[in-house]
Amino acid sequence: MRISRPILSALLVMALAACGSDAETAASSNEIKVGLLHSLSGTMAISEVTVRDAELLAIEEINNAGGVLGKKIVPVVEDGASDWPTFAEKATKLVRQDKVAAVFGGWTSASRKAMLPVFERYKALLWYPVQYEGLESSPYIFYTGATTNQQIIPGLDYLKEQGRNRIFLVGSDYVFPRTANKIIKAYAAANGMEILGEEYTPLGHTEYSTLVNKVMQAEPDAVFNTLNGDSNVAFFKQLKSAGATAESMPVLSVSIAEEEVTGIGVENIAGHPVAWNYYQTTETPANEAFVKAFKAKYGQNKVTSDPMQAGYNAVHLWAEAVKKAGTTEVEAVKKAAPGIALDRPEGKVTIDGDNQHMYKTARIGIIQPDGLIEQVWDSGEPIKPDPYLEGYPWAAGLAGQ
Amino acid sequence: MIRRHLPFAAVAVVALVAAPLLLEPFRLGLLAKYLCYAIVALGIGLAWGKGGMLTLGQGVFFGLGGYSMAMYLKLTEAEGGLPDFMVWSGVEELPALWVPFANPVFAMSMAVLGPVILAVVLGTLVFRQRVRGAYFAILTQALAAAMVILLVGQQGLTGGTNGMTNFFELFGQDLAEDSTQRGLYLVVAGVLGVLYLGTRQLVNSRYGRLLVAVRDGEDRVRFLGYDPALVKTVTFAASAGMAGLAGALFVPVVGIISPALLGVVPSLELVVAVAVGGRHVLAGAVLGAVVMGYAKTAFSEQFADGWLYLQGALFILVMTLASKGIAGVAQTVAGRLRSARAT
Repeated sequence: MRISRPILSALLVMALAACGSDAETAASSNEIKVGLLHSLSGTMAISEVTVRDAELLAIEEINNAGGVLGKKIVPVVEDGASDWPTFAEKATKLVRQDKVAAVFGGWTSASRKAMLPVFERYKALLWYPVQYEGLESSPYIFYTGATTNQQIIPGLDYLKEQGRNRIFLVGSDYVFPRTANKIIKAYAAANGMEILGEEYTPLGHTEYSTLVNKVMQAEPDAVFNTLNGDSNVAFFKQLKSAGATAESMPVLSVSIAEEEVTGIGVENIAGHPVAWNYYQTTETPANEAFVKAFKAKYGQNKVTSDPMQAGYNAVHLWAEAVKKAGTTEVEAVKKAAPGIALDRPEGKVTIDGDNQHMYKTARIGIIQPDGLIEQVWDSGEPIKPDPYLEGYPWAAGLAGQ
Repeated sequence: MIRRHLPFAAVAVVALVAAPLLLEPFRLGLLAKYLCYAIVALGIGLAWGKGGMLTLGQGVFFGLGGYSMAMYLKLTEAEGGLPDFMVWSGVEELPALWVPFANPVFAMSMAVLGPVILAVVLGTLVFRQRVRGAYFAILTQALAAAMVILLVGQQGLTGGTNGMTNFFELFGQDLAEDSTQRGLYLVVAGVLGVLYLGTRQLVNSRYGRLLVAVRDGEDRVRFLGYDPALVKTVTFAASAGMAGLAGALFVPVVGIISPALLGVVPSLELVVAVAVGGRHVLAGAVLGAVVMGYAKTAFSEQFADGWLYLQGALFILVMTLASKGIAGVAQTVAGRLRSARAT
């Protein structure tokens, strides 16, 4: 066996080198480390990079104002690579290796579900900034995006109000669209709406002629769209070329914000409604400052969107909880957080004590020819988060109890 | 004899004694993950390096092993109820396919036997028809793609794109404990060591020489009265079994299994790792998996924004400068040293 001897020696050297690479510099006493974990590569990068940028802006603002507890916040940025196991691995690294005080991260529900056991296991904090399907309430996650009763249900109320009662469901094939559609079907059954069809395509799918044909043949009053990412480009293009218009068949989307409108091409999607809690055009003093600061830092042609704003809020809300607790220690921060209310770009945001979600104002908007979104309806006041839909009799049994 | 086993023994001591003592728990967990991939790579080294069968679908076998283990873990935690993802997918009673996986013996056996049976069926069909080379590679790759579509489409049965995660314990041991993770690392390292020795023995046997002969001249072997299809099927099945076992070990170590881990891309990544390490030598395949796994972690931690380019550059660099991989370079250097000493 003369052959493998040098190779085995190489293995030996490698192993020893790996041992030596672990000299981790402890955070110096005047710094607080936080983790930012989003997809910087892969199919989700287009959306998640902007959230990371908004979080970096928030950190910069807090540091310029003197930091928290007299210390500077130092971000540790990791790439989730649009790959759920990578999210779990990088979350572990941030928590165990870097010992960060909190992690701000995730976009897809799949990435959140992959990270959840890590944060529960090591009793660390995750601030998750995107609207999602509800039916979850981890004691170690703060949800700064909307749950279903702050986005999807107001969206359905809006369609019903418009007299659009025959609905077709289109979504990407993963947990968010499937769970959202389960809720939509229960709502429809209780509210006299009719579901004409339910179709799923894999994430990243771009061939929609068959699906568009099915939709056109069913002749629905409206389409409820939970497609994510690039698929929307192909879907809206092919729907338009099949002759559907925003007047004859509006497509209500819950995953398309200002950033995605640019990618889809505004000519394909103008006039269609979306449901969120924030638009770049939302009129609050805090939003004026946010849009201005974001454009100043990243370029005048940049837009701001709901998930970016929710990520931006997450950092500020966490900092506020740390100030109130007087420490970054996780259990103390969790205890201090409930009831914290801040005036944010989307309006007043309050942390709920029961489920660590936020009170948020629901808003329906119409996509304008300039790519921005104009609000046509809002809930008037922040809605209490209800992730398990306990306040809705028709939703009984959805959570599996 | 002692000289011959010295390098292996040295690596074994470092892996089994030094690494658990010196590495922090998180890093040890990562090393355990690389070693799981190294087990798959060993199988690829056998099938591709020695047998000439370029298999681009080892992820399928890895996945079968991983999902078997994950199903068992989910069922022990559900304690008679439904696993979490079935609840939010609207499944109301446990699917029949799941029922036997509550038994640990059945689940562990299926983790290895499932891939072996699939490989035997596939191998018998394909090798009898004398499908080889690029056609075989394309076939295995298509299998990986089909497997992912199947898993994603059956969310109520498989967890869909999410896959399965949130495991708490294995055989009564808390998976969050550092001691459990250290134990798992030792099991993985031990399994890899045993499989490496076994495979090396196999390659050095009469059967191994026959396998290399099939690789280099399949028709000649047939004319000599041997059955190349049988030799190839057995080898393919062995590599599939190793991948399945690696998948079953991977799940408690990493804590998640999802279609993203067994599709076309991860299957290709493993073949790339074997090529970088050097496919002609079994130890090269193992080395390649560890090097590429370590490189991925190191690059992505240092350069979160552009690490994929570095990973690609490393592959191109090794392949253009050393087509026989790291093992080839090591052999050349060792050969030069030896001849220099001889003169």
